[in-house]
Amino acid sequence: MFLQGCVVLMLSGCGSNPAPQTQTKAALPEAHVDPATAGTISGKILFQGAKPVMPTIDMSSNPSCERQQKTPAKAETVVVNPNGTLRYAYVRIKDGLAPAHWAPPAEPVKLTQSGCIYTPHVVGIMVDQTLSIMNDDPVNHNVHAESQTNAAWNISEAPKDEPKLRKFSSEEILFPMTCSVHPWMRSWIGVSSHPFFAVTGEDGSFSLAGVPPGTYTIEVVQEKLGRKEGKVTLAAGGTAAIDFTYGN
Amino acid sequence: MATENSFNRGLHRWSILLAFCTLLLVVAGALVTSKDAGLSVPDWPLSYGKLMPKMEGGIFYEHGHRMIATTVGMFTIVSLIWIFRTDRRNWMRKLAVAALLAVILQGVLGGMTVLYLLPWWISSSHATLAQLFFSTTVAIALFTSKGWLGGPAIVPEDAENPLRGLSLAAPICLLGQLFLGAAVRHKAIGAIYHICGAPLVTAVVLWVSMRILLHYARNRELRTSAILLISVTLCQVFLGIAAYMTRIAYADAIQPMPLMVTFTVLHVATGALTLATSIAMAILVRRNLGERVEMPESALEA
Repeated sequence: MFLQGCVVLMLSGCGSNPAPQTQTKAALPEAHVDPATAGTISGKILFQGAKPVMPTIDMSSNPSCERQQKTPAKAETVVVNPNGTLRYAYVRIKDGLAPAHWAPPAEPVKLTQSGCIYTPHVVGIMVDQTLSIMNDDPVNHNVHAESQTNAAWNISEAPKDEPKLRKFSSEEILFPMTCSVHPWMRSWIGVSSHPFFAVTGEDGSFSLAGVPPGTYTIEVVQEKLGRKEGKVTLAAGGTAAIDFTYGN
Repeated sequence: MATENSFNRGLHRWSILLAFCTLLLVVAGALVTSKDAGLSVPDWPLSYGKLMPKMEGGIFYEHGHRMIATTVGMFTIVSLIWIFRTDRRNWMRKLAVAALLAVILQGVLGGMTVLYLLPWWISSSHATLAQLFFSTTVAIALFTSKGWLGGPAIVPEDAENPLRGLSLAAPICLLGQLFLGAAVRHKAIGAIYHICGAPLVTAVVLWVSMRILLHYARNRELRTSAILLISVTLCQVFLGIAAYMTRIAYADAIQPMPLMVTFTVLHVATGALTLATSIAMAILVRRNLGERVEMPESALEA
């Protein structure tokens, strides 16, 4: 432990952690949305072309993981729903909101390690909101946040440990959360400075509610297929729709 | 200080064992990287707060690597003590101390790369020092061998085909190429740099080795080392191509694929063998080469 202490001291200045952004946040006014004029932006993320076939995860070297799968698990890199839409696309308002500080919800966002798979595959969370990471497996996991803007970290989580709680201090979209014990395990985290984001599910749709009227740039991020943007104008108390299409 | 030394079979065999275990350690380290298991144990020097965690998934590779490293460290300490007790060569004792310092530094670098989440320069330094440490253990095995202690078979250096300086070119180029390879593995640079370096380094290795085979082949030690270096280098080129091709083929794989892991690990291990052979060859050149002379045609033909 002495050796470890020396090393930590030696390298205390060479980390790449970004400086805290407390001052910037403090300088911003608190966000306020008038419910009378707020509207909803919704849409679908479509996929055209041949449906990609996701490989089966080989868990044979980890029998404890394999035993938990009723059928062999498949990768979730690109999941096309039966209705031709994409699952696990992260959608958010990229530009157009007035600069403000949006208070994060008090309830944590959950990320579960179950069957040696991260659930959900894509996580949307706000800056300073708590991420609660649980291990439901009978095996050890490590959880490695491979963030670039936020400070990266790597922690261990033993079976049935208390949930590990973490927060992210800066907006960052998207970065992987990985487990090196089980190298197929990968979740994607989107940290937003405001609450207007969504992750598409089994119907490939998204809905951003309570948005102030205005013209916005909507961004979709998919871990493999990349980013897409579109403009949308939302009238006071109205609705606006925008769809995005990926393909191969 | 006396410089004469008698052959110690036990020490020599122990040195060979140390070199072999170090090569295993290089293989274990290469497996950690190829299996993406470098951060599977977040803490160091303990593993999950224990001396012996459950060996599952990536932990098997990472903690296994640590266990082999600890064994090699212990073996190096035994070597140091053994050399100090039985070997009268002062420079040999210094080499044994250097080996111990290298293995300690290597352990610290290994811990740092875990605690600082695999920064490329620490990880690459760790990988490169591993290769240098392996070469050191091979050199110790060479210096404790019966052949070495029996004395050199001096051959004069041909003034038209000098070898002494040239023999250093191979290990220097190989070390640079190994560092590039480590930097590629740790995602600091693109593979193109390592790929471009390969023909240059191969050319240097062939140049030095062919000079030995063409002009100094009458010395058995030099001839053997040159043939060995050419053989291992050609193997290394083949393994490098195979490792790269499998990496391209499995670029979209969601987990490390066995064929890619196999070729990459063999490439790393053979890289260590190539460097060690080139260093041994450079050492043998310095030991066996006499004064530089103008060689008559008849001597060359002989």
